[in-house]
Amino acid sequence: MDKKLKYYLQIADNALILSHRLSEYCSRAPFLEEDLANTNVALDLIGLAESVLEEVAKQEGKGECGDDLAYRRKESEFLNVVLVEQPNEDFAHIMVRQFFTDAFNYYFFSELCTSKDPFLSALAKKSIKEITYHLRRSSEWMIRLGKGTPEASQKTQSAIDKLWKYTHEFFIENSIETEMISKGIGANLASVHLNWKQKISEIFYMAHFNIPTNDFVIKGGKEGAHSENLGYILCDMQYLPSKYPDAKW
Amino acid sequence: MLNRIVKAKYKTMETSLISQEELLLEFENKINAEQKIEPLDWMPDEYRNHLIRQMSQHAHSEVIGMQPEGNWITRAPSLRSKKILLAKIQDEGGHGLYLYSAAETLGVSRDQYIQWLHEGKAKYASVFNYPALTWADMGAIGWLVDGAAITNQVSLQRTSYGPYSRAMVRICKEESFHQRQGYEIMWKMMEGTKDQQEMAQDALNRWWWPALMMFGPHDSDSPRTSNAMKWKIKRETNDHLRQKFINKTIPQAELIGLKIPDSNVVKLSDENYQTSDINWDEFWKVVNGNGPCNEQRLAHHIKYHNEGAWVRESASISNPK
Repeated sequence: MDKKLKYYLQIADNALILSHRLSEYCSRAPFLEEDLANTNVALDLIGLAESVLEEVAKQEGKGECGDDLAYRRKESEFLNVVLVEQPNEDFAHIMVRQFFTDAFNYYFFSELCTSKDPFLSALAKKSIKEITYHLRRSSEWMIRLGKGTPEASQKTQSAIDKLWKYTHEFFIENSIETEMISKGIGANLASVHLNWKQKISEIFYMAHFNIPTNDFVIKGGKEGAHSENLGYILCDMQYLPSKYPDAKW
Repeated sequence: MLNRIVKAKYKTMETSLISQEELLLEFENKINAEQKIEPLDWMPDEYRNHLIRQMSQHAHSEVIGMQPEGNWITRAPSLRSKKILLAKIQDEGGHGLYLYSAAETLGVSRDQYIQWLHEGKAKYASVFNYPALTWADMGAIGWLVDGAAITNQVSLQRTSYGPYSRAMVRICKEESFHQRQGYEIMWKMMEGTKDQQEMAQDALNRWWWPALMMFGPHDSDSPRTSNAMKWKIKRETNDHLRQKFINKTIPQAELIGLKIPDSNVVKLSDENYQTSDINWDEFWKVVNGNGPCNEQRLAHHIKYHNEGAWVRESASISNPK
């Protein structure tokens, strides 16, 4: 597959897999308004993933569609970061995972607004409005949990400590990203990282959370090397097309 | 807010000078003149209690109904169907919110309503105590369950209690989309492979009778119908609404090649379809807690409500703004 299309897939798969995790949480949120907000973010992300997967299928020109890419690929062909496939341990994990991802998405898509690639710049300009809302929501939750009860603060700090090691993968450039950045197509990850760190520091300062000092890194998703979680996600997601390969839904 | 309190106090002072008989007469005159009863208006306790029961049951149904469909979001077989199902479930939750808000105008908090649900003192639509076993169930639920709900809700747009009526107007706009979404799943499956057709027919077989049961007992066995009709909380009887739904749904099934699971269906000369009687033993068994998923649905709600307690507590004492 063309490198640019693989770059597209990284973007689509981050959205698709995170949307899947948020969908799992439907009817399980602490209160109804939050259930709706969670489903809303899941819906935005599935919309984003669908736009990109359709474009990949179109540009690849093999007669496939977005659904083929979502439902017929195997684990190693998914290029999302490992963070987004981490399970919904509790509300704190869900919201910390969301905050890390929303902050990344916000600066990543802000950079992509000026991409030389017309599809990516149009996608970024369209998505940034939704992503801005996502980031505002998860930032507010960080503060609400950090400045709330001791139990909430402790649970959230524990989720931060646990998920921190997965965040580095967003910013460790692979060869595809290096090439896309050099061509003015991809987002400059160094700049995204700088802004991301600043945002995390600012919100954590307001919420009284500590930034973990441990720099242990877990990565591999962007190259198709995932955690055990992805296999289960795909079993679930691809169940019907795998069981009934000739069916159209 | 202050204005509301002053108005309420004024009304209390005013009403204390008028006899109960006069108040009831004024209330019934308003209803007969098709005027809406609003939260600060005097209303008989029986009217308020009927609404507390009915509106909270309606709100709980929207929320519990998120479970059988939520069960299939992650397994939706296409990106489009996944988006539509997510949007639909989000709508259902939103309906729950409108209805809890409308029900709160009766002087009972959402927390209290939820507590009554957890204690088994409040019910939700029994239809959600049946399992959603295949993707075709997403079609059957949208087409039949939302279809039955909308038949009832269209009539409730004219209900006499203002907040309930206005909530129904908003809800009906979205429910018709839900029914189309369900029917679309069914016809796509009926145009598909043999497996898909069998799945669709199986879903209709399992959901047809529970959908008919959604309208409640026969009017002759429905003790609350009389006052509810008199006070225009209900505008049409259970049997009348059920017949409307049957008349509308049978041709839709036939159009896409589905067979109604009732060998006694006959079209009468007055254009009504006659069907077998409902298995009322099963209806009461499920209403009384012994359906396939009663325990599961309630346990799910209680579990996640309890697990979210620390989040609600934290949110209640801190404001990020």
